[in-house]
Amino acid sequence: MYDVAIIGGGICGCSLLYELSRYRVSAVLLEKENDVSVGTTKANSAIVHAGYDPEPGSLMARYNVEGNRLIHELCEKLDVPFKPVGSLVLAFSEEDCRTIEKLYERGMENGVPGMKILNSSELHEMEPNVSEKAIAALYAPSAGIVSPWELAIAMAETAVKNGAEVMLRSEVTAIEKQDGAFAIQAGGKTVTARFVINAAGVASDRVHNMIAKPFFHITPNKGEYYLMDKSQGGIVSHVIFQCPNKDGKGVLVSPTVHGNLIVGPNAHDTVPGDLANTAAGLDFVRQTALRSVPCISFRDSIRNFAGLRAISEIDDFLIGESDVPGFFDVAGIKSPGLTSAPAIAKDLVRMLGEAGLALEEKESFEDTRRVVRFKELSHEERAALIAQNPAYGQIVCRCETITEGEIVAALHRPIPPCSIDGVKRRCGSGMGRCQGGFCGPRVQEIVARELGLPMDQIPQDRDGMNIILGRTKEGGRL
Amino acid sequence: MYDVIVVGGGPAGLAAALEARKNGAEKVLILERNNELGGILNQCIHNGFGLHYFKEELTGPEYAGRFIEELSHTDIEVMDGAMVLDISPDRTVHAMSKKRGYLQLQAKAIVLTMGCRERTRGAIAIPGTRPAGVFTAGAAQLYMNIEGYLVGKRVLILGSGDIGLIMARRMTLEGAKVLGCVELMPYSNGLNRNIVQCLNDYDIPLYLSHTITEIRGDKRVEQAVVSRVDENRRPIPGTEIVFDCDTILLSVGLIPENELSRQAGIEIDRRTNGPIVWENMETSLSGVFASGNVVHVHDLVDFVTAESQRAGRGAAEFAKNPDAGSGESFRIENGEAVNYTVPQHVRPDHVGKFVEIFFRTNNVYRDREIRITSGGEVLASFRREHMAPGEMEKIVFPKALFSKIQDHTITVSVVEAEKKVQP
Repeated sequence: MYDVAIIGGGICGCSLLYELSRYRVSAVLLEKENDVSVGTTKANSAIVHAGYDPEPGSLMARYNVEGNRLIHELCEKLDVPFKPVGSLVLAFSEEDCRTIEKLYERGMENGVPGMKILNSSELHEMEPNVSEKAIAALYAPSAGIVSPWELAIAMAETAVKNGAEVMLRSEVTAIEKQDGAFAIQAGGKTVTARFVINAAGVASDRVHNMIAKPFFHITPNKGEYYLMDKSQGGIVSHVIFQCPNKDGKGVLVSPTVHGNLIVGPNAHDTVPGDLANTAAGLDFVRQTALRSVPCISFRDSIRNFAGLRAISEIDDFLIGESDVPGFFDVAGIKSPGLTSAPAIAKDLVRMLGEAGLALEEKESFEDTRRVVRFKELSHEERAALIAQNPAYGQIVCRCETITEGEIVAALHRPIPPCSIDGVKRRCGSGMGRCQGGFCGPRVQEIVARELGLPMDQIPQDRDGMNIILGRTKEGGRL
Repeated sequence: MYDVIVVGGGPAGLAAALEARKNGAEKVLILERNNELGGILNQCIHNGFGLHYFKEELTGPEYAGRFIEELSHTDIEVMDGAMVLDISPDRTVHAMSKKRGYLQLQAKAIVLTMGCRERTRGAIAIPGTRPAGVFTAGAAQLYMNIEGYLVGKRVLILGSGDIGLIMARRMTLEGAKVLGCVELMPYSNGLNRNIVQCLNDYDIPLYLSHTITEIRGDKRVEQAVVSRVDENRRPIPGTEIVFDCDTILLSVGLIPENELSRQAGIEIDRRTNGPIVWENMETSLSGVFASGNVVHVHDLVDFVTAESQRAGRGAAEFAKNPDAGSGESFRIENGEAVNYTVPQHVRPDHVGKFVEIFFRTNNVYRDREIRITSGGEVLASFRREHMAPGEMEKIVFPKALFSKIQDHTITVSVVEAEKKVQP
């Protein structure tokens, strides 16, 4: 019997597991896929929002500003790529100017530090490639960019190092409560726990309804993106938004922590599981982004993707204990969910304490993590590292300069990846301009070798995403 | 101190290194990132290589093998498994390998021969889901020919570039069903012989003026939707054909791999995506030469060899005498119907009897005249019955005509044979 079972290995579930692992509490995270951070967490704008968007007094406002502060510290401690680049909301009209003034006031109320309204010349001095038609902007220096999946993985790994458990391939299909404890059917096993936290993202309504009284419905809302080559990564140096509208914060143009440029998203209601890019969606993203930054070169696109927002009928996060005592929801987590997750986790753990979970801090909580990123090292450090371990002398991914040493290290961390994209999320291999064309087979070989599995059992990403369908006839070779 | 360091041991690097050595460079080094020389030729197990250079038909590994064999009788040094990380303007090369650790090497001259890479799905933004089973043709070729794995059973190919055509035949021979080859343009970008030998001979249909407008499938590709395109290459609604397939191979273009060149500050031609080069394949960075697919994508390896020999000679000359010649040069401009030229600049002092100019047209043409003009005057003209973007053109421009060049500029254009060039 666990003290706490968390359903869902996205940014919220991983934040919760990390936060719980500080205490003498047995905690398990149940994830339906073969890795953590593979839903909305890996497919979003990767922005740490400042916090001027949410309505003052909402949960979103509170957790956003608090989460922004926490992420700065977390990324430092857990060695996660993060850059506090600041954000700009562009105004193209008088009406937009009124909107950014309203955002400024909201931000002040929400406690966002350092905001400033820039005039056209200040804006264009800061961002020469922003459209001449932008006449003013709201500048928020506390906004930043982060690697969301690396943050989730880092928190989950740290939690595991501190004694928490992660069960992959454990889709929750039923939850019952008997004698004050929950019995959860997950991936063919029964997991029992005193408390359950539903952090199932797009599936959070379905998980809630397995045991609690239905009161919300999640409509997945799809956002589509372009990821551009690093040659485009420097055309802006802040997160560039347009004024928010009924569909959310609109299409942004932003550098990424990995040095690329991200452009998107649109917003379109859909059904769970629909992650397809559409010609119309991509067209809209392109046209809208060019309004902000006219010089984006879409011929330098290296990838398109789409993610799903978990939108409920209520315009706020749904956080707290349900009508079933001990069953908590962390649901309806839309933007600014990534930014808010660490703050939500802290608050939810407090709520668990109030509900009777004993929160006794561990004497030794390992709260640091270091990852070797070969390309960030100096010549001398590289030489020393290769001398110590020759695997760092072998470049596997040439676009991103990722070594075999880094990949092998990732495969021996607390939550080892089992797919090519699992390695990509941890090391960055295959993220570059050739998109794994050269290194994919090499990474697949290393995963197979290190995990002791045959090549054809190493998928691209999710289980069943098979790359190899058989052997060639091979002539006379055995 | 090396006389010449060659970055890349594919066909371009092999030819450049051998030629540099033959032309007086004494200490020559090849840095190759893979564990063997030969580059992409190692996975090109089909024949058709060497018809121009060796006057016989070889497979890719055989073609590379000839040069590797020749190399083994020289004192040219080879470091395999060695990745070059950066090159500085003083021609210091930072490289590393498992065997040798971190290296800092100095050269009098450098030849860049890193080749090219394939354009991916992301570059052309194909809508749809993102299942496994979408490969660049070269990646599928690597899995099949080097690793021995079958990557698909029902295959649709997008793009009629040569690798795509070759893979259509290769997958058919391995027992896969190739449903068709879909080409956005109204003509194929591949060599005609490959259309005949790889598609027609196996009854694989070629869909010209068509493209994939949607990829379907959850975990593995399940379907591809193909639509006809109009003259502006936009899909025409109502023309969709749905193919049930498990694999899509992309042969939608190659991009010279110039990360090292860019980072070294070498000037890149936006049209070729390769370094701007002078007549002896020297780049804008003095003493750094480039040749092969890193400069512009070639159709035939034989031409890569010839170009790289020029680069190797240039590098050897530079290593001996970096200050030769006056440095004065003329520019080659792209005129009507010409997409790019290589070289882009010519220094007469470095030219023997003539300079060879390579270029590609922007469309398919019949009965045309290639003209070299300067100051409105026609200096030379060449007749062609057939020209296509998929077939690189070469013209030979004699040094005797250099004296007629005005304003240090010549223009290469392709015009209708009868038409007079306006002054």
